[in-house]
Amino acid sequence: MLAEYFPILLFILVGLAVGVIPVVLGALLGPHRPDPEKNSPYECGFEAFEDARMKFDVRYYLVAILFILFDLEIAFLFPWAAVLGEIGLFGFVSMMVFLAILVVGFVYEWKKGALEWE
Amino acid sequence: MTTPLPDFALALPEIVLLAGACALLIFDLFARGERREGSVRFAGLVLLATAAATLFVLLGTGGALAYTFNGLYVADVMALLLKLGATLAVALALAYSRRYLHDRGLLKGELLALLLFALLGMMVMMSANSLLTLYLGLELLSLCLYSLVALNRDSPVSTEAAMKYFVLGALASGLLLYGMSMIYGATGTLTITEVARQVANLQANSAQHGFLVFGVVFLIAGLAFKLGVVPFHMWIPDVYQGAPTAVTLVIGTAPKLAAFAMAVRLLVNGLLDLAADWQQMLVILSVLSMAIGNITAIAQTNVKRMLAYSTIAHMGFMLLGLLSGVVGGNWLNAAEAYAAAMFYTVVYVLMSLGAFGMLVHLSGKGFECERLEDLKGLNRRSPWQAFIMLLLMFSLAGVPPTAGFYAKLSVLSATVAAGQIWLAVVAVLLSLVGAFYYLRVVKLMYFDDPAETAPALEGERDARVLLSANGLALLVIGIVPQPLMGLCFVAIKSL
Amino acid sequence: MAGALAWIDKMIAMKTLYLLVPLAPLAGALAAGLAGRALGRAGAHRVTILSVLVSFLASCVVLADVLQGNVFNGGVYTWLTSGETRLEIGFLVDRLSALMMVVVTFVSLMVHVYTIGYMAEDPGYQRFFAYISLFTFSMLMLVMSNNFLQLFFGWEAVGVVSYFLIGFWYTRPSAIFASLKAFLVNRVGDFGFVLGIALILTHFGTLDYAAVFAQAPAAAGKTVELFGGAPWLLLSVICICLFVGAMGKSAQFPLHVWLPDSMEGPTPISALIHAATMVTAGIFMVARMSPLFELSPSALSVVLVIGAITAIFMGLVALTQFDIKRVIAYSTLSQLGYMTVALGASAYSAAIFHLMTHAFFKAVLFLAAGSVIIGLHHEQDMRRMGGLKKYMPWTYWTLLIGAIASAGIPPFAGFFSKDAIIEAVKLSQTPGAGFAYLAVLSCVFVTAAYTFRLVFMAFHGEPRFDAAHPPHESPAVVTVPLVLLAIPSVASGWLIGRVVFGDYFGSAIAVAPAHANIAHMSGEYHGLWSYLLHGVSAPPFWLALAGIGTAYYLYRVRTDLPKRIAIALGPLYALIERKYGFDELYQWLFAGGARLLGAGLWKGGDERTIDGILVNGSARLVGWSSGVVRLFQTGYIYQYAFAMIFGVLLIMTWFLFLAPRA
Repeated sequence: MLAEYFPILLFILVGLAVGVIPVVLGALLGPHRPDPEKNSPYECGFEAFEDARMKFDVRYYLVAILFILFDLEIAFLFPWAAVLGEIGLFGFVSMMVFLAILVVGFVYEWKKGALEWE
Repeated sequence: MTTPLPDFALALPEIVLLAGACALLIFDLFARGERREGSVRFAGLVLLATAAATLFVLLGTGGALAYTFNGLYVADVMALLLKLGATLAVALALAYSRRYLHDRGLLKGELLALLLFALLGMMVMMSANSLLTLYLGLELLSLCLYSLVALNRDSPVSTEAAMKYFVLGALASGLLLYGMSMIYGATGTLTITEVARQVANLQANSAQHGFLVFGVVFLIAGLAFKLGVVPFHMWIPDVYQGAPTAVTLVIGTAPKLAAFAMAVRLLVNGLLDLAADWQQMLVILSVLSMAIGNITAIAQTNVKRMLAYSTIAHMGFMLLGLLSGVVGGNWLNAAEAYAAAMFYTVVYVLMSLGAFGMLVHLSGKGFECERLEDLKGLNRRSPWQAFIMLLLMFSLAGVPPTAGFYAKLSVLSATVAAGQIWLAVVAVLLSLVGAFYYLRVVKLMYFDDPAETAPALEGERDARVLLSANGLALLVIGIVPQPLMGLCFVAIKSL
Repeated sequence: MAGALAWIDKMIAMKTLYLLVPLAPLAGALAAGLAGRALGRAGAHRVTILSVLVSFLASCVVLADVLQGNVFNGGVYTWLTSGETRLEIGFLVDRLSALMMVVVTFVSLMVHVYTIGYMAEDPGYQRFFAYISLFTFSMLMLVMSNNFLQLFFGWEAVGVVSYFLIGFWYTRPSAIFASLKAFLVNRVGDFGFVLGIALILTHFGTLDYAAVFAQAPAAAGKTVELFGGAPWLLLSVICICLFVGAMGKSAQFPLHVWLPDSMEGPTPISALIHAATMVTAGIFMVARMSPLFELSPSALSVVLVIGAITAIFMGLVALTQFDIKRVIAYSTLSQLGYMTVALGASAYSAAIFHLMTHAFFKAVLFLAAGSVIIGLHHEQDMRRMGGLKKYMPWTYWTLLIGAIASAGIPPFAGFFSKDAIIEAVKLSQTPGAGFAYLAVLSCVFVTAAYTFRLVFMAFHGEPRFDAAHPPHESPAVVTVPLVLLAIPSVASGWLIGRVVFGDYFGSAIAVAPAHANIAHMSGEYHGLWSYLLHGVSAPPFWLALAGIGTAYYLYRVRTDLPKRIAIALGPLYALIERKYGFDELYQWLFAGGARLLGAGLWKGGDERTIDGILVNGSARLVGWSSGVVRLFQTGYIYQYAFAMIFGVLLIMTWFLFLAPRA
């Protein structure tokens, strides 16, 4: 039974190799001459004016969470679309109910002003 | 190929509730008015419709066992009765706390929607016939409760409580899920009835058996968290105290019914053949809970916290009923024992509703009735409320002829019938310890002078009438326990 | 078919009636007690009187039904099942209980009405009505019970209400003292009663009357070993234990001390509870238990002697008292003694008959005395009365009827019932009957003497009350009940042919053939007239007349004589006047002894051992451990999580390695 998992092991090993080898090679082979200018954080051509670990606006989280929420439904929609012909009306209606519930959430967040930045 | 349609009618209560909750959310968005009267009424209607739908299903199936959604969902008498009970509990909680919530600016559409979704989660748990369905319901319920606790965003205590609840709840969910995966690994199925069939054919002492027991330990850990028994109880006092009393009222009542259903689904429906194993685990949990719950409650000065510890003790007592069902492979007493546990849970929910409801009722605008001192001399200030509280405390302490006494008696007689004499003795002794702090409340109400600063009572009339009915119901059930006991018996028989 | 249906219909209807009888007063009591303030004074008395009226009418229907030969014995509701023993609420409605029901509800109804007048100015008006209705309910539960548990419930419930009512005026120290005394003395009786019930449960395994009676003959020879292994007849022990209970409740010597003090309560309840109904519960109980008592000659003998002692000695005390209510109270004691004697002589029907007539005439006496008391602005001392006849004619005439009935002058009710008892005792072969006969016979004289002493002192002669406040006749709510009660005080005796000699009770009362005195007397009974004629020629009648004559001579003709007699008798009179010193003895011996014992136990046993070590010690232990356990609740979330994971590991370890494998 374990033998069936061999391809996966192989996949993990290759993946690790592809990630690790270039970094190691670069560190070993590349020239290494640091100076203060080079070590300073790069920020789109500006001078760095703040620490990178700053607080940021909680609204980013809100947007992120809402994004994930509505993005994930796609994960259901793709397989559903692929087999829609076979699952028939029942499948169609089930998805519509699911979407309707999402729409309720969407209406709620819209009306509550979660989509407005200010 | 077309998929055959499942029997939707069996899940009518959930469907009605879901539709109602969604509609409420939208309705509330467009409703005006400070008091949210329309929304509250709407929520009431949804609860009513849910109860009606449950009754409809109950009458429709005539109590016959029925599965639907490919065996993911079961409708039996126990599920339906518990659903009715939970609906009633949520409705009562809402009725008790309406003024309290309004005074504190918490009476929002979100609260109502969360309440309804929490109820939906409970119902799904009650009707779960698959580990996944159960988990789904549990998460729906828990997530709603987390946000309810944090509803008062500006209160640091509430936020802290919600945070703790959430983190620990997530941990417990993880444990439960891990246990479920073990069960799945050992039996290859998620359907509870199927699990039961697999377990019944199991060889004793096989590797699979050990694997299953391993899973059962985790399952019980998750379950114990939900019930709040030692050592998975730590969240209870902090959350009960931290949450606004109205929310505590919700957390401390209806979810216990769901937790009971969950215990029965997992342990009785699924793993009855492993009873010898899980009963021993429950013994540990039960004794620890009764001991720690009752003893710690004594040292509390906050009524909510005291009642939180009392919950721990009561749930420990309820476990006594669950663990006395099967003795050495003999199932004769099982129905009595489980019915006693169910009776205990239902009565506990009633008592808890009354006790927290009374605290909510006694709290005024800008005044939280939550320290023991706040109850001082209540008899002098409002004798009727004091009398109802007295009934509640007597019932919690198990003084005859209240329902609490009969509940304790029936659980104890099941324990004794199971031959667990020493457990019964321990339970009685620890209940005696418990009687102390309940009676202290009575003493404070009746024999102490009221504090000078005690504010006048402003509770509204319908809440008072309902609370009185709640308190008196305990007396009536105590004197005439047979109908409720009979219902519990029928429910357990229907499994 | 139709007949059967009608019969079933009727059974259901009757069952509803049975329930209605006790529950109506209960509803009234609850209404007046819980919603008294909302109902107001008039509302409270209307509700309770209506409820008792309903109860009375229902009782009458039940009696009529029972007279056609129907008997109901069945459970109404099972309260608790413990193993084989079922504790249930049930009714046994036969001729005995039906008669009691009618008597209780009738007297209660009259007292309810009377109370409107008597308590008119009392602030505790609604409370009082709630209590007396509650009492009616309790008494009916006691009477209608078909098992010992419910009997005990009713027994205690009437007791509780009685204590409430004795201490009704709870600001008076003497009332508090009296209610405490009643409570404690009754505990002594109850102790015996509970022992008896417990013995029955142990040996018969059931508390149901019918089942116990059915098994009783088989247990007749059974013995139990008591103190030091001496064998005792089981049934004797049971019966004596039960009778100790009856002695407490029916105030028989030496547990009689509480009854005179209970006169601290308002007069209506003295009439209802401490004369007509509650104190007769003991008599009723013994009559009900007749199948048991008949099997134990020694128990009957005890009953007989105790009753005789009570009858004569308490009667003598009545001669020396001056408080009008106390005179009647001692008279009650004496009359209860008569009933007890009748029980001992196996003349149960005569005892119940006397109970009934006594309920009527004693209620009249008490209520009339109450009327006098209100008329005189709460004056109870007969030395400050006199000549009231012309001020209070209604009261006078009704009281006179009660007095004649009490003295046993034909054709008033008391004559018939008392005469039947005396005759039965004369015929009785039970050991002690000779003494008892002498006692009851001489007591006839005493009864007549003290009753008419009261009449003459209070109503005749020179007025001795404060002339500035002349008495006035009481209102109609007081006098109408008096008249209504006076009628049966005269007429109820005429039922003797049916109730005593007509085998009225049938199977409700069992009498062993060896004790069939009443049956023997029935053979001699040839109608009311011949009985009357025979009575007039017998000694009791002449003794009664002599008693009246003596009272007349001493209190109307030679009013200086009583004092001189008292002085001449000296210590003997003092002994009687001090009620043979029982109060002092009990105070000193039991109260003092108990206090001494209590102090010892308190200091040594309670304070040091129990409080110091057990209670406070364990409380301290619990408190301490509570404090320790509390430390675990730190509030740190990671510690909580740690506790959970640790818990899982603990259980798992135990399971995988340590648990005993099945």
